[in-house]
Amino acid sequence: MTRPERLRAALRGTPRAEWVDAALTAAAERPETIGRSFTQAGRRAGRTPLPGVPGWTADEAARALLLAALPADRAEAEIGDLYRHGDADEKRAVLKALPALAAGGALSSAAGLPLLHDAIRTNDARLLAAALGPYARHLDQAAWRQAVLKCVFMGVPLTAVDGLEERADRELAAMLAGFADERAAAGRPMPADAAALLDRLTREES
Amino acid sequence: MRIFDPHIHMTSRTTDDYARMAAAGVLAVVEPAFWLGQPRTGPGSFTDYFDSLIGWEPYRAAQFGVVHHATIALNPKEANDPRCRPVLDLLPRYLDKDRVVAVGEIGYDSMTPEEDDAFERQLDLAVEHDLPALVHTPHRDKAGGTRRTLEVVAASGIAPERVAVDHLNEVTVGMVRDSGCWTGFSIYPETKMSPPRMVEILRRYGLERMLVNSAADWGVSDPLLTLETGRAMLAAGFTEDDVDRVLWRNPVEFYRQSGRLDLTGAGADGDQPTFAGSSIKRGGS
Repeated sequence: MTRPERLRAALRGTPRAEWVDAALTAAAERPETIGRSFTQAGRRAGRTPLPGVPGWTADEAARALLLAALPADRAEAEIGDLYRHGDADEKRAVLKALPALAAGGALSSAAGLPLLHDAIRTNDARLLAAALGPYARHLDQAAWRQAVLKCVFMGVPLTAVDGLEERADRELAAMLAGFADERAAAGRPMPADAAALLDRLTREES
Repeated sequence: MRIFDPHIHMTSRTTDDYARMAAAGVLAVVEPAFWLGQPRTGPGSFTDYFDSLIGWEPYRAAQFGVVHHATIALNPKEANDPRCRPVLDLLPRYLDKDRVVAVGEIGYDSMTPEEDDAFERQLDLAVEHDLPALVHTPHRDKAGGTRRTLEVVAASGIAPERVAVDHLNEVTVGMVRDSGCWTGFSIYPETKMSPPRMVEILRRYGLERMLVNSAADWGVSDPLLTLETGRAMLAAGFTEDDVDRVLWRNPVEFYRQSGRLDLTGAGADGDQPTFAGSSIKRGGS
């Protein structure tokens, strides 16, 4: 099953499935309805963790499915608007939906990149973490390294970073080493996951 | 003592305030949209402000275990500026958001025809969006302004129990009690209302539909004057349950009418539940 299919199947088991089904039909046929349904998804679909789909809540799944239900010619513009006008939960749901939207053809491959840059600029750890999922492969290496270092700086666990092991490079190691020096000078600890990453990168190099 | 401050402008306060408030038992706040001291000149700066009230500010509050909701509106003062009027057309989008629990602050500043129009239109929006309304009363000609406020509220058709009329004092409390609206009092260090005067009003009028807030903002104000009022109530012989009613259950009851009040996380250690951003608390590197 694809990600949207799994989310849809998991939502069918929730008490609010009827609202979700109606909202999805409306989004496909009358895309202008998504403004309200997307905003109301938390109140209508609930916010509990979705059984069988780790890391997703019911509202996030409903929002991801709403975006995927949009007609192809409206998707890109609506997705941008919903992110721009969203509260933090809505923004996070858009970010989490990006990989599946690109895979499903609703977004041309890197069209969501400005949203990632916006999320990484914020100081909201939840948005930063959501921006560093699989879609972050579209970030150039310099922006990606800065975002990883920002995770370390803000205490976001590095498990949030998709593809960390493959993408971490010598330059990131140098930045982490610099950060470790600053922390040591200040007498403050380096987060354990960042220290372990630095250790691995340094060993690989030697 | 657990405290719900139903009117406080946290955007203007520091993290020191959040820490002191949480330690004092202020576990939930509602932040009404208002003016910022410096007049704005266009809708863009309003939407950035509104976005902050439903984005960054609740996130900041959560770091300290304080639950944050907002009320959204074009305030009366800036309703007089034609450059800001288009904000009225942008409100519906915000009035649908999860953490928006009322339309406010609306009402009068100088009682101009422009303020009449904005006030009436926004009361209609409250009805359309099934939200309560938070109504500011003017600082000048307060009694006249409050009387006119109550007439406009009555004419709008919104149920009085879904309206809180704020910044009241000894002169204006009676007419608002009679209207069936909730009565709000802003406890300030020097102006508006003081803890001892507030206790007298509670003695005289009872505890029903009474809301006590700090209305702390960028002016001379103190986010802990709600706590001071609770202490003054106890010293005057009110019970702990009376204090809990005024400082917690009443605001919960008023804003719960929105159907959107979510007090999950009140009093939680902001660092515990998730990694939800220790960056503010730690101050970064």
